Amino acid sequence: MRRKLPTYLVLTPFAIVLAFPFYWMLVTMFKEDLDLYSADNVPYVYNPLQWTFWESATTKHVTFIFEETNYPTWLLNTFFVGAAVVAITLVFALPAGYALARLAGRWGQSAGIGIFLVYLVPPTLLFLPMSRLIVELGRLPGIDDDRGLQNSLWALILVYPSFTIPFATWLLMGFFKTIPQELEDAALIDGCSRIQALLRIVFPISLPGILTVVIFAFALCVNEFIYAFTMISSSEARTVSTGVPNDLIRGDVFFWQSLMAATFIPSIVLALLYNSFLDRFIKGFTGGAFR
Amino acid sequence: MEAGTARFEPGSRRWRRAFESRRVLAPALIVPAVVFMVLVVGVPFGWAIYLSLTDAVGGSLSGNWVGFDNFITAWGDDNFQKALRNTLIFTFASQAIVLVCAAVVSHYLVRDFRGKWFLRLLIILPWAAPVSLATIGWLWIFDSLFSVINWTLGHALGLVDTADPPQWLGRPNLALMAVIVVHAWRILPFAVVIFIAGLASIPSEVDDAAKIDGATGIKKLLYVTLPLQLPIALVALLFGIVFTAADFTVVYVLTQGGPFNSTQMLTTWSFQIGINSGSLGEGAAISLYLFPLLAVVSIVMLLFARRAQVS
Repeated sequence: MRRKLPTYLVLTPFAIVLAFPFYWMLVTMFKEDLDLYSADNVPYVYNPLQWTFWESATTKHVTFIFEETNYPTWLLNTFFVGAAVVAITLVFALPAGYALARLAGRWGQSAGIGIFLVYLVPPTLLFLPMSRLIVELGRLPGIDDDRGLQNSLWALILVYPSFTIPFATWLLMGFFKTIPQELEDAALIDGCSRIQALLRIVFPISLPGILTVVIFAFALCVNEFIYAFTMISSSEARTVSTGVPNDLIRGDVFFWQSLMAATFIPSIVLALLYNSFLDRFIKGFTGGAFR
Repeated sequence: MEAGTARFEPGSRRWRRAFESRRVLAPALIVPAVVFMVLVVGVPFGWAIYLSLTDAVGGSLSGNWVGFDNFITAWGDDNFQKALRNTLIFTFASQAIVLVCAAVVSHYLVRDFRGKWFLRLLIILPWAAPVSLATIGWLWIFDSLFSVINWTLGHALGLVDTADPPQWLGRPNLALMAVIVVHAWRILPFAVVIFIAGLASIPSEVDDAAKIDGATGIKKLLYVTLPLQLPIALVALLFGIVFTAADFTVVYVLTQGGPFNSTQMLTTWSFQIGINSGSLGEGAAISLYLFPLLAVVSIVMLLFARRAQVS
């Protein structure tokens, strides 16, 4: 126990600082206006307005965003875009990741790093032409004028794989490298074709790795801001990452409790997912780079 | 049905045999991803370069050729100079914080201990939360009237004047500091994760050898762990530089480049010029000033990858 003490002494302050904004969101979202906007109250806790402290907490600001704003729509939009992008990503990245890990010998490593470098091309370098290209694509014959690509979730679904595919290919390459070659060789000797071996042996074994890629690619989509910000202007078609800062903040009028509820909920869900899949993420990440 | 399969048998068998050979199968599996990448990254990138050399304005995808005029005009603007300087300060200051803290945190977090799951959850929260949403949390922390920092400093500790507390996002230097801190806060968990990945890849024989040679505690950290961690620190740094220099969200949500353009970055300035002012060409040129930085980072990464391959 005494040997563990430094670990706690070092990590606890870091954890407190890093998690503090989320504690702050959690406390704020259930506060009454009178409690929140009074400089005499201790802001870290609920200050009793009535006789008991639980009467000073309220869920009305949380229910407000679900009932009176487009927040539920944004959540659905985000989910829809994320799911579609993850599906597209897997279609391209699964074969590519496998081929880079197993089939393409020496140049496979270089190609893998090449694909990964694409991940480092930032959206901030591409958003100007990208947003214009999407508008132009929307004018192509066959695409309804009123519901062109601009302002459509399909624009995001088309664009987001540009960063999820390189990311996913790299991770999957790492996962596939950790699978023993012998398993596949055995399947090939038993008369499977390579594709069959891939579908029946490699993919099922890699399922935890694939799931990890699904989670992190989905999270990248939830995180994305600048494309969604420049391509989508109607409130109904926003994702949660642009809807909350653009439409829940109106001028100088902040309704902080609702805002904090809107930011806390997606954050904690993603953090729980990340934490559960973190060990696998680390395995895939290093598997691709260092064998 | 039977006859049909039989008739197509020879063709499909040849097709299938071709798929057995690595020479055919490997490109067949990789090419779709590469083609998609070229279409959604290569084409817009090429277009950005083209736009930067034209006088294109908002609402069009082309313009008249103006050579390097946009780059020259942009460079001559005071706000651009400020944005360039800010981007460098922002990137290197936040990465310095991140590297030091990540080295410390990862050193301890890689061990096993009771309550690790929960502590790790708290530590990775800033990285897992959607950037724009987490930044709104900071907007509230830095609020001009009800900042919890000011309450703590003023009401609880009496360190600042409660009547005139620091305006974290309203004063140029404070605002720049604020975006640096928030971004470091956000990147730190990611760097920790990369560091842990690096530590995990150090073979356990090294640990044993260090133990036999009597290297423990600080000595082990200095002479064994840190040198072995250097390559992975480089990876974390390169990632950090790219993600920070190219960040738009944190700065835009916190300050929108203000007050008085004091937190303007190349990214927000290119947005301001390219979208808000509608000078598509100049906006593209401004964002392309980021490219040399990113190219250097990529080259270092490639060199590093080749070295890792050789050893």
